[in-house]
Amino acid sequence: MYPENLRYTKEHEWLLVEGDTGTVGITDHAQEELGDIVYVDLPRVGTQLTQAGALGSVESVKAVSEIYSPAAGEVTEINGTLADAPEKLNEDPYGAGWLVKIKLSDAAQAAGLMNAADYEAYVGAEK
Amino acid sequence: MIEKVREHLSQNEPLLFERSSPGKCAYQLPALDVPPVDPAEALGAENVRAEIEGFPEVSEVEAIRHFTRLSTWNYAIDHGMYPLGSCTMKYNPRINELVARTEALAWAHPYQPEALAQGSMEVMARMEAALAEITGMDAVTLQPAAGAHGELTGILLIRALLQQRGNPRRKILIPDSAHGTNPATAAIAGYAVQNIKSSESGVLDVSALEQLVTDDVAALMVTNPNTLGVFEENIIHAAEILHAKGAMLYMDGANMNALVGIARPGDFGVDVMHLNLHKTFSTPHGGGGPGAGPVAVKAALEPFLPTPRLKRAGKRWAYDYKRKHSIGRVKAFYGNFGVLVRALAYILAHGGPGLRNATVDAVLNAVYIRKKLEPYYELPYPSPNMHEVVFSDERQARHGVRTGDLAKRLIDYGFHPYTVSFPLIVHGALMIEPTETEGKMEIDQFVNAMISIAREAETDPQLVKSAPHGTRTSRVDEVAAARKPVLRWKPA
Amino acid sequence: MLDACGVAHADELFAHLPEAVRLKRPLALDAGVSEYEIVQYFRDRAAENANGYASFLGAGVYRHYRPVLVDTVVSRGEFLTSYTPYQAEISQGTLTAIFEFQTMLCQLTGMDVANASMYDGSTAVPEAAMMAVRATGKGHVLIARSVHPEYREVLHTYARHQGMPVTEFGYVPEAGTIDLEDLDRKLDGLTAAVIVQSPNFFGIVDQVKAAAEMAHQRGALLVVVFTEAVSMGLVEPPVDADIVAGELQSFAISPSYGGPYAGILAIKEKLIRQMPGRLVGQSTDTHGNRAFCLTLATREQHIRREKATSNICTNQALIALMATVFMTVYGKEGLRELATQNLAKAHYLAGKLAPRFCGKFFNEFVARVDDPEAANKALLKKKIIGGLPLARFYPELPDAVLLCATEMNTRAEMDAVAEVLG
Repeated sequence: MYPENLRYTKEHEWLLVEGDTGTVGITDHAQEELGDIVYVDLPRVGTQLTQAGALGSVESVKAVSEIYSPAAGEVTEINGTLADAPEKLNEDPYGAGWLVKIKLSDAAQAAGLMNAADYEAYVGAEK
Repeated sequence: MIEKVREHLSQNEPLLFERSSPGKCAYQLPALDVPPVDPAEALGAENVRAEIEGFPEVSEVEAIRHFTRLSTWNYAIDHGMYPLGSCTMKYNPRINELVARTEALAWAHPYQPEALAQGSMEVMARMEAALAEITGMDAVTLQPAAGAHGELTGILLIRALLQQRGNPRRKILIPDSAHGTNPATAAIAGYAVQNIKSSESGVLDVSALEQLVTDDVAALMVTNPNTLGVFEENIIHAAEILHAKGAMLYMDGANMNALVGIARPGDFGVDVMHLNLHKTFSTPHGGGGPGAGPVAVKAALEPFLPTPRLKRAGKRWAYDYKRKHSIGRVKAFYGNFGVLVRALAYILAHGGPGLRNATVDAVLNAVYIRKKLEPYYELPYPSPNMHEVVFSDERQARHGVRTGDLAKRLIDYGFHPYTVSFPLIVHGALMIEPTETEGKMEIDQFVNAMISIAREAETDPQLVKSAPHGTRTSRVDEVAAARKPVLRWKPA
Repeated sequence: MLDACGVAHADELFAHLPEAVRLKRPLALDAGVSEYEIVQYFRDRAAENANGYASFLGAGVYRHYRPVLVDTVVSRGEFLTSYTPYQAEISQGTLTAIFEFQTMLCQLTGMDVANASMYDGSTAVPEAAMMAVRATGKGHVLIARSVHPEYREVLHTYARHQGMPVTEFGYVPEAGTIDLEDLDRKLDGLTAAVIVQSPNFFGIVDQVKAAAEMAHQRGALLVVVFTEAVSMGLVEPPVDADIVAGELQSFAISPSYGGPYAGILAIKEKLIRQMPGRLVGQSTDTHGNRAFCLTLATREQHIRREKATSNICTNQALIALMATVFMTVYGKEGLRELATQNLAKAHYLAGKLAPRFCGKFFNEFVARVDDPEAANKALLKKKIIGGLPLARFYPELPDAVLLCATEMNTRAEMDAVAEVLG
């Protein structure tokens, strides 16, 4: 149900680790809860993020949701296409809807996050 | 069966700019009785603008038809009930409009000599006195322009007093059921917000409060009755807890329509509060404003009130600008005088007994609605309600129908929706406040409409989810409006 | 109904209130009176105000003729008694009118986006300052002394608790325009906004372009304030500004002893997410028809709560509608002609007096008058309310009076003023 190669947070973000680069996004559960996304507020390239620290926010028509970083690191790239097409988060939250890429300060932090099975159980329990 | 309304009357009409064409005009100025002046010479050529590109050019008849047609696309209190919880959409008496236009009041300039403004000053003094009596407080400022503005003023007053006592403190406690302006205001006043969870019965959790009130807490902002329409039975105890720790009790007066003539905030421990004249005191909403948000305080806070204050100078009124401890101005001039006139007219018309009767009727109407709708809608909190009642959409949600859908379907029955999804502590809230304006006939029509919709949610949910069906526009795409905002007309 | 509620008497509905909170006496207010008596009460109050006086007061509140159509339109129950247009399907009248209002304000000010009004000009200023702080990430604000004194007071009240230091910079004594050297000295890397007014409090068209260049060079935003909206009919709009914060009272809003008025914020596109207040956007309904709705609500208090761009909830919709009708009645040519007449009137009067400043002015100017209080007393005897003596706001100008002449002042009135003051 949830991609096996990602790690997940309690705040419904996902992290893809490739070497010391992390890609961050929000899960399908998150985008469904938010509804149609109208705007994404992302940090500037170069911003230092802490684990569980604020990364930005996602807005639907009637709600704003803070996004927290799954791991610590420096923002190296942001997904500029979201400015014109925020709906990508709804349509493809694990692919085209990626938010930022970070240079991980400690790739081992990923191990402390949930795997796909744990996350699925977590979401099920929340409901 | 829909008894109340036909298909929404709807003229067609483009925007002013689409009606425009060069040379049409709707004005005529008198001939100049002084020599004309060359703008370039008087202002400097670089300061003279070219034409106002795109500005409308229409005739008088086109102008009146334009706005008349637009007006037919609106719902209004003059059409029927607004069951909007927390908004107190009562009738806007037309006598208010007449007196506000009395020439020497409407044309008074705020800087005209005090000797030639005694009438306006007397009106303001009378309002201050009336509001002090109604709220049970010691002093009133009429300067704030609206409720949120009054909230800011009130919190700044608290800060000033605590500062004088040595420590302004850093936090303000706000219930999770509060209106959004409360935390927003606290932030602007430089305070951190700490949420306090409501108890299981939906009221202030006094034991939680006891834990949270420290020397670092400046105040608790409370609405009473709260946003569930329930009276905060522990308010006196709450005030004692706060005062024992040197903190203050701020009351958001949005729900005063449940209290006027029955109970006075000053008598149950409130230190400072604001009123919404466009709610409790009948001034018109006019599509979103203007309002007025007078603030009433206990004597300890009086020295900090915004400057200037009215004072007696022999037989006349005068302004006192020498107020060392004042927080300063929150607005230019004296307040929304035109709104004050309307509210005073309302108070004069009702008088003491009439104001109390209005409160009784407002509560009676709301309790009646609760009793009638309880069998059909989930009531999350069983406590007695006052002037408003909050249901949740739990039963209808089982069929996939949410509070927003029910609200849209209510439009087809000829009513404006109730307040949707507020307060946040109720999932899928329906907040209903009829006010005293509504007679039994209108209320029964509303109740019957709500019952019918509850049935439709079970038997034909799609009908409800795709509502409204009889209006000029169907549901508007708010997502597109937010993704690609178009906030002005531009020529093709 | 009482039966349905399960009570015998309506007072039982309050039985659940604690004994200690209940008011045990009637309110100490007179009994209610009839319509006629209410009208009489306010007539009596009106009689205690100035009646039948000519006036040369401006200073932020202006006497302009109110076209009859304005009250005709706003008196319609569908506009007067309607609510905030949260339910778009039954509020297209209000939403369309606001969309037109937003458009016209952009056309007038030269900005990209205008909101659906703030409480008034004086509160629009701190809102603009807070926007600039959010947008630039810097904390200091500079404001010219030639901005309306009461507007500055309001800014100080708001700023005091936001950790937003406000510093004032001066005006040039001969010209009455901003002192660019003083501004230069005070501008630094911590400045979020430079706030100027044009035409300024003295009525003078100020150095907006120069201020913009200076501010932008140091990474600050330029906020331009206006109090006399009619000036925009003739005076070049502040296109170099980042934020325009102004007062629309001149557009058919009764002076009404200080309010209610309508402020506006108009901005360059880039600042849109920082803008407080309601915004109406264009969209479509499910059938593809053009329709309007409130939008970008996530900036606002009911969603963001303590992280909102402002705490503002109510706007001045009905007042903004008055301004919209005014702008429609006068239209492109009319507003220009109105402004031109105002220019002529004020310059005629100034020609007979001794202007204190040499700066170029619109419909207000400062006259040198030896004893302003005595002069005004003499004018009152002729049933003329004179201009505003400036000593109360500018102690360094004890011999100065701010006079405003509009299309409502006649030649005879101005000649009478010249006789006393000249």
